[in-house]
Formats: sequence, C-alpha cells, structure tokens
Amino acid sequence: MIAYLLKRVLYALPIALGVTVVSFALVYLAPGDPLNAIAPADAPAEVIEALKSQYGLDRPLPVRYGLWLARAVQGDLGASIATGRAVAAEVLGALSNTVLLAGVAAAVGVFFGCVLGGIAGYRQGGVVDRIATALSVVGVSIPHYWLGLVLTILFSIQRPWFPAMGAGPGGSGEWLWDLEHIRHLVLPAATLCVIPMGIITRTVRALVADTLNQEFVVALRARGLGPSAVFRHVARNAAPTVLAVAGLQVGYLMGGSILVETVFAWPGTGFLLNTAIFQRDIPLLQGTILVLCLIFVAINLLVDILQPLVDPRMGRA
Amino acid sequence: MSPLFRKQLAPWLLTVPALLGAAFAAQAETVARYGISMADIPLTTGQPDRGAGAYQFTGHTIYDPLIAWEANIGTRPGKLVPGLATEWKVDPKDNKVWRFTLRKGVKFHDGSEFKADAVVWNLDKVLNDKSPQFDAKQSAQVRPRIPSIASYKVVDAYTVEIVTKDVDALFPYQLPWFLIGSPAQWEAQGRDWAKVAVKPSGTGPFKLDKLVPRERADLVRNAAYWDKARLPKTDRIVLMPIPDALTRANALLNGQVDLIETPPPDVLPQLQSRGFKLVQNVTPHVWPYHFSTQPGSPWTDIRVRKAANLAVDREAIVKLLNGQASVAKGQLDKTSPWFGKPSFDIKYDLPAARALMAQAGYTKANPLKAKVIIAQGGTGQMLSLPMNEFIQQSLAEVGIQLEFQVVELETLYLHWRSGAKADMNAGKGITAINLGYVTADPFYALTRFAYSSYVAPNGVNWGGYENKKVDDAIDKIRTSFDVKVQDQLLASVHQQMVDDALMLWVVHDTNPHALSPKVKTFVQAQHWFQDLTTIGM
Repeated sequence: MIAYLLKRVLYALPIALGVTVVSFALVYLAPGDPLNAIAPADAPAEVIEALKSQYGLDRPLPVRYGLWLARAVQGDLGASIATGRAVAAEVLGALSNTVLLAGVAAAVGVFFGCVLGGIAGYRQGGVVDRIATALSVVGVSIPHYWLGLVLTILFSIQRPWFPAMGAGPGGSGEWLWDLEHIRHLVLPAATLCVIPMGIITRTVRALVADTLNQEFVVALRARGLGPSAVFRHVARNAAPTVLAVAGLQVGYLMGGSILVETVFAWPGTGFLLNTAIFQRDIPLLQGTILVLCLIFVAINLLVDILQPLVDPRMGRA
Repeated sequence: MSPLFRKQLAPWLLTVPALLGAAFAAQAETVARYGISMADIPLTTGQPDRGAGAYQFTGHTIYDPLIAWEANIGTRPGKLVPGLATEWKVDPKDNKVWRFTLRKGVKFHDGSEFKADAVVWNLDKVLNDKSPQFDAKQSAQVRPRIPSIASYKVVDAYTVEIVTKDVDALFPYQLPWFLIGSPAQWEAQGRDWAKVAVKPSGTGPFKLDKLVPRERADLVRNAAYWDKARLPKTDRIVLMPIPDALTRANALLNGQVDLIETPPPDVLPQLQSRGFKLVQNVTPHVWPYHFSTQPGSPWTDIRVRKAANLAVDREAIVKLLNGQASVAKGQLDKTSPWFGKPSFDIKYDLPAARALMAQAGYTKANPLKAKVIIAQGGTGQMLSLPMNEFIQQSLAEVGIQLEFQVVELETLYLHWRSGAKADMNAGKGITAINLGYVTADPFYALTRFAYSSYVAPNGVNWGGYENKKVDDAIDKIRTSFDVKVQDQLLASVHQQMVDDALMLWVVHDTNPHALSPKVKTFVQAQHWFQDLTTIGM
C-alpha cells in the first residue's frame, strides 16, 4: 500500500512540472500584447519598450520560465501586470470563492447523481429510470451559460428570489454563512451542479445495473442476503469508479466554471481567468492556470489514494 | 430602583436610543450602486488605468486635475474650466512657458495642504523615473496623454511653471488627464503604492472608503470639497464591476444596482417597460473604418472612399442598436465647435455611391475587393460583428466586396499602432481598420489622425494621410493661443478630413446609461468623463 502511494505521488511530480511548462508556454504562444493591459493603446514606442524591460518581457522565453518557476516554487507568482497586486493573493482570494461554489455544486451534484443513478440502476425501465436518464442527458448537454441565464430570468428577474450577480452584499472579502450570502450562492451553484449530476447519474446507473447482473450478486441473493446487504456490496463495487468520476468532476468545476462565474459575476478563479485573458495579464493568467492545474493534479492524486481504501483490490494490484 | 432594573433593564433602555440613532443614521445615508462595465476597479493611486472611461470612476472622483473638463452640464459640449489651477497663462516672450496659479485653501483628504510642490511631486511621479515616487504603472497611463511637457518647477507656493517641448497652444487640453495626489499620504503609507491604492488621498469630491479588488469600491462624499457647486448629491457611490452587459442589466432589473453603463440593446424594451430610464447624450466617440491611403490600397481613390460613405444607411444601424447611437457626419458630432462646414455631405445615397463606383471602374458584377481588420468586440467597439456585417452588405450593394479579418481587440491595437504600411497590415492585404475612437479633445479627435508627422508608427495616423493644408492648419493651431482662432482652425482640419473622406464614419456612441426609478438626478455630459457628483438618489 505504501509503495502504491509513493508511486502515485512520484507520478504526480512530473505531471506538475509539465503543467508549469504548458501553462507558461501556452500563454506566450497566444496572440496579443500583454502591455496593452497597462499602456494606453496609443502609447509611444519608448513607453512600451520601458515597460517591456520593467516587466522582463524583453528577456528570452526560457530565462523568463526559469525565473518564474524559481519564484513560483517559493509561492511567489509575481504581480499582476494590470493591477500590480500579488498574483498569489489574487488567485487565493478568488480560489476561496471557487472552492465554495464548486464544492457546493459538486456535493449537490454527486449526492443527487448517486441517488438518482442508484434508483435508476435498481429500477431499470421504470419511471425514475426514464426521468434520471432524461435528466442526465440534459445535464451533460445543456450549455452552462444558457442555463445560468434562464435561471436568472426565472428566479432573479421574474421572481426576485435570488440575486442576479456577485458573491455577497459586501463583496467576497466578507463571506459569511448568513442567509444573504447563501442566497447569492443558490443560482450559480444550481447551474454548476447540473453537469456532475448528469454524469454521475449515468455512471452510477450503469455501474449498478452492471453489478446487479454479475454472478456474485446472484450468489449473494441465493445465499439469502437481504436487499440492504446486497446494496452494500453493490455500492462498494461501484464506489471506486464513482469516486474517480466525482474527482474528475470536482476538478472540472474548479477550472471549468469560467462562463458560469462570468454570467453571475461570481468573483472566483473562472472570473479571474476571464479577466486575465481579456487583459492579456500574463502573470495573472499563468498563476491562475498553474494553481488550477495543480489542484486538478492534487484531486486526482487524492482520488488515487482514496480508491484503494475503498477497494483494497486496487492497492494490491 | 430595583437591582434587577439597574443590572438588566437599564443597559437595554440605554441601548435603544443608540440603536435608533444608528438606524436613523444608516437610513439617512443615500447610496447609489453603480454597475460599471469594467472587469476591475481602475487604479486608485492617482492615474487610473483601463482607458479614458476609467477617469470618471477613480480619477475625477478622488482627484482633481489642474485644468478640468466641465462635465456637469448635458445641454452643450463642456469646455476647459479651472480645476486646481485658477488661472493658466503662456509667457508672451517664450510661448513654451506656461504659468499656473494654484487654488488656495485646498486640502487633500488626509488633511495636508495642496501647494505647488505637490504638483511638481506628482509630475515627477509620472515623468521622472529617478524620483523615489516614480510609479511606472501610473506613468504608462498618463505619459502618452501629456506628451508636450519638457520641464517644470515651483515658482512660489502657489505658482507652478511648466515648459513644453515645442510651442503648443493645445497644451491645456492635455491637463485634465493629469491628476494630483497627496505626497503626504504616500509617505504615510510607507512609500508603497500598493498601500496608497487602498487608502488614496486626493482633493476630489469623493473619498475612497473601501476597496475590494474586482468587486467594489465605495466612494463617500467629501463634505469639505472646495468646489461647492460640485458637492456630491449622494453620500456614497458603490462602484461594482460587472463586465458582462446582460449580467449588468439583470443586476439592475433585480435591484442589486441602481444604475448601469451600456445596457445591452436587446434588453432596452424590458428595462423601459419596467420603469427604468435610459439616458444618453452626444459623446466624443466615433465608430469608423480608417482607410489606408498607401500605394496599392484600393482606398487611394477618393471616389471609392466617398462611395463607401454614401452606401451605408446609418439610421438602420442606429435602429439595430435600439437607438443607442447617433448618425455620424464626420469624425465629430455636428454640435462640436470643431465640426466646420464640410462640402461633402455624408448621408445614405445609393445612386450617388453607385455612380462614384462606376466612375472608379467598379460595379456589383465587377466589385472592388478589400480586406478590413476588425475586433470581435471589446470596449468602444459597440456591437462590432453585427455592425460590420451590416456594413459588408451595404458596401456590396455598390460594388465593394469586403473580407474581414476578425481578431481580439488587443491584437487589433497591435495592427493599429503598427500602421497600414507595416507588414502585418499591408503584407496581409489589410487596407482598412475598424476601431472605435475616442474624440474627446483636439489631439484625440483630429490632429493625431491627420498630421503627417504622426504617420504610424510615429503616431496613429494609421493610413498615412498627408495633406499640406491640414498640416499647415495644425502648425498654426499650435501657435494660436486664442481659443476662438484655435476652434476655427480645428474646424478647418475637420472640414478637410471629411472632404477627403479620410475614413468611413458610421455612428457615434451615445454612452447610454440605464437608471432605476430610485435615481432622481444624473446629468449626462457630452463627454467620456461623467461627473458622478450629479448622481442623486
């Protein structure tokens, strides 16, 4: 087991290094000029040159990468070109909002996905199965931003039950678990939870249906085990895969919520990425992408570690 | 009095009036929540970033310039008015030397006094990279806007002298961009601009009370503001960046904000049906195609340029924008003192356009082909793609076949700065560029596009326009210190630009704002700089 864990951690390191290379290089390969974020469009050439030198943009790319990586491993992701604020602080501030939003959306999505998928798997062809299948198809295929707009029109404009934008009345710097802040969370979380719910419903349904048809379940039933005992076996068999899928979904939600955060002006990493992209704010873009990718790697690592705990066969493999 | 009363009831009874007082005070504060189209609060340290529009949010609210734009009148174009300088004069012996008499008795928000040394300290902040207070970010914002300054010095406690590089009679127009912050506050914040950003100190009508980056900035009324005519009508203005137009409109409909900038055109009927008010005004902004007049460009033929101008039904574009634009008759709106009397009347006249194209040797069957670089969207670009498609169809009707190269706005700026001659443009067959232009002052509106010395990459005379009459007029403007003479000469420049059909001028943005019924007053000036002191709840 320890060897398995060590192997997984060691696998994660080159992936993390690869992530730094890709996130650094991609941003520079994209078209546009980062200095547009700080200089007016008609700034004279000497101003542009002075700024290039000040921000180190006149150095060769590998040198910039080396310097950036050396600082990044110490937790210094540089300063935003657009605002001059520390990127690490910007990303961490936004990350707390995204973790909150993605966490709530993932929890809701995984819970309802497991419940719906489980029932659908047990009652194949029944009403719940049909509803779950339809919902899961809708869930995975509906565009996030469109659903966000529809929910806003229904529950924010026509029925002003929930706010249309933002993380809270005083800004996210004052996030509290009070009713007003929770109201801000409802619509974006409801929009975001649909995808994990759809995917997990489909996964759980297929797994449960498959497991129920396996010989060991027939054998368990033949030995006179009750439905709840059989369910425990089914659940245990399905859990590693559900865990892996849920882990991936949480990762996707962390990085893939750009459109939802933009629609709801939710001050998370997606919104930050959107801003950084439009401003060509390279340090902010790199820092945000790096942190999100590392979180993705960390979540996968966590899933890898948890899977053998749920299913010991994997640890022995 | 029983011990019970003394110990338990009395504190409660004493608390009640305090609570009522606090509640009353809270109720008494008038708050306007303003959904702005930017993705972040512009820099609060003195010189705002994010372009001209940002000055109205964290520029002319917290700070003052030496010379200001009159922005609290909506019925006519504003003019230059005294700011922190009560008077400015050019030295009759040496027209490069300007003397500014400063306003007495003005205090920064931190309580320190505004004097001549503060002006010089601020100039050093953005122009002298050896000074300890030099801030490259602020410098990048303002240096291109005050290009004429060569040197400066304190004459006495309330007089400053600024020397320009050349004689430049239009120099005062540069100064509304240069804002004065408190040197004492910079010292108090440990000479750290990041700290000053959170606790800035200017002399403006508002003080910054709270800053949550990317989410909100609370500006509170400066009751001690020196200009009593511009005391804020609202106690607190909360600026909330909401870059997505639909989200902004939703926030207004939902009651989360009280006014927004640039509502999306398709939401206007819904906003108006629910009692929200739309205000807009003539705004110094134009949405044109800037033609290349370099050899090889199809636009070198003036008949083609004029035909393009006559082929577009601008009223239909205004309808497309749900009324949020006005028809362009040139680079400037007709109300501008610099419009002049062009002989070329820009209007929708298909037969005349076709006739000009026929003279130039083109028809629908044998069209002229041209490639235009456009932005997919972004600040100042209005509804870029639908409007460009409309132009494409309009010009096809007279025998001009347009091909678009669609890029991000940032990339478009690169093509713009490089000029039509550059490889990235001429080399790729690009012969026109579509970019919304701010036309706020003589330099921004006219001379930067028309003067032959500003042919890109030395400036943004993108297409390489050269006209001796225009050059001579601009040279004269620089040495004419009488505003009336300046205006006449500027009008002659504009007149010539229109007669030469330097660009295909389409519409002017009207900078629309949507207001909730709670907003009782808002004066929309005919300018990019809107005066937030006029917002009353």
